[in-house]
Amino acid sequence: MKALGPLVTLALIFFMTVSVSAQEPLVFENQQQQDRFDQLTRELRCLVCQNQTLSDSDAPLAHDLRREVHNMLQSGQSNDQIKLFLVERYGDFVLYRPPVQTNTYLLWLAPLILLLGGALVLRVSIRKRAALLASSENPDD
Amino acid sequence: MSSRIAPLLIFILLIALLLVGLNISDSKTLIPSPLIGKQVPEFDLPVLNNPGQSLSRESFLGKPYLVNFWASWCPTCRVEHPVITELARRRAIHIVGLNFRDLPADANAWLDQFGDPYDVNLVDADGRVSIDFGVYAAPETFLVDPSGIIVFKHIGALTPAIIDNEILPLVVAMESGK
Repeated sequence: MKALGPLVTLALIFFMTVSVSAQEPLVFENQQQQDRFDQLTRELRCLVCQNQTLSDSDAPLAHDLRREVHNMLQSGQSNDQIKLFLVERYGDFVLYRPPVQTNTYLLWLAPLILLLGGALVLRVSIRKRAALLASSENPDD
Repeated sequence: MSSRIAPLLIFILLIALLLVGLNISDSKTLIPSPLIGKQVPEFDLPVLNNPGQSLSRESFLGKPYLVNFWASWCPTCRVEHPVITELARRRAIHIVGLNFRDLPADANAWLDQFGDPYDVNLVDADGRVSIDFGVYAAPETFLVDPSGIIVFKHIGALTPAIIDNEILPLVVAMESGK
């Protein structure tokens, strides 16, 4: 009898998660539209829990924004139009992939700059070591 | 010699980076609004307790006003409430309450309990207008100039310092500019 307690708890947890994931039955016209919806909501940030995407988040705002995205898809808007709608209201921050523009050049170019810097350091240290080796070997010749 | 100093320099740089990170950690979660300098989003919302009457953005043209998004489910709105009440008492600016994603009964209970500092309350039951304003948390406050342009936005509870140092100077500038 005692073993039943954890079982009941487990069953409750199971049904809780089922009801949460089932609370938003968005209907799509076809698979392609559903794929676009999935792709868009994974690229857009939920602004309430800022490290989650719209597709992950269960915040009320994320529900509403998913509904907006769904409506815009239904009315035949393009992915760019949908992103613009959100950027005009919430700013570039809503995009997980920031656009390339003057205030993000550093962000986009930083990996390249670091790579070049690393290559430079490597080159200098290899040369130094080669020179050191050469000078220590020379007396033996 | 330089190989001894290099690790120290890198360490100092890392410490500097850490300090900068700590200093901006508060502002990192704040998102600059793209709406500043733009027209107020279009709205046409029923007045709380007077569903027959509705007000649009055109109804407010000609004088500066604050739009304060609030809801009965929002604990920070409760914290902010005395600050709004004090601002209302000074009659410095028209304050429009925007009750969003809320039920009229809950909104009224909240206003009865704490007092109603708003000149008028509008109801955005499904939150559609709050999305157009780019609201993602509550409370959020927008200052709108007489021509309907958003000139200032604050996310989170207003404080007396924000009102005295940022909002009221802007209002004074608007009124002397006319």
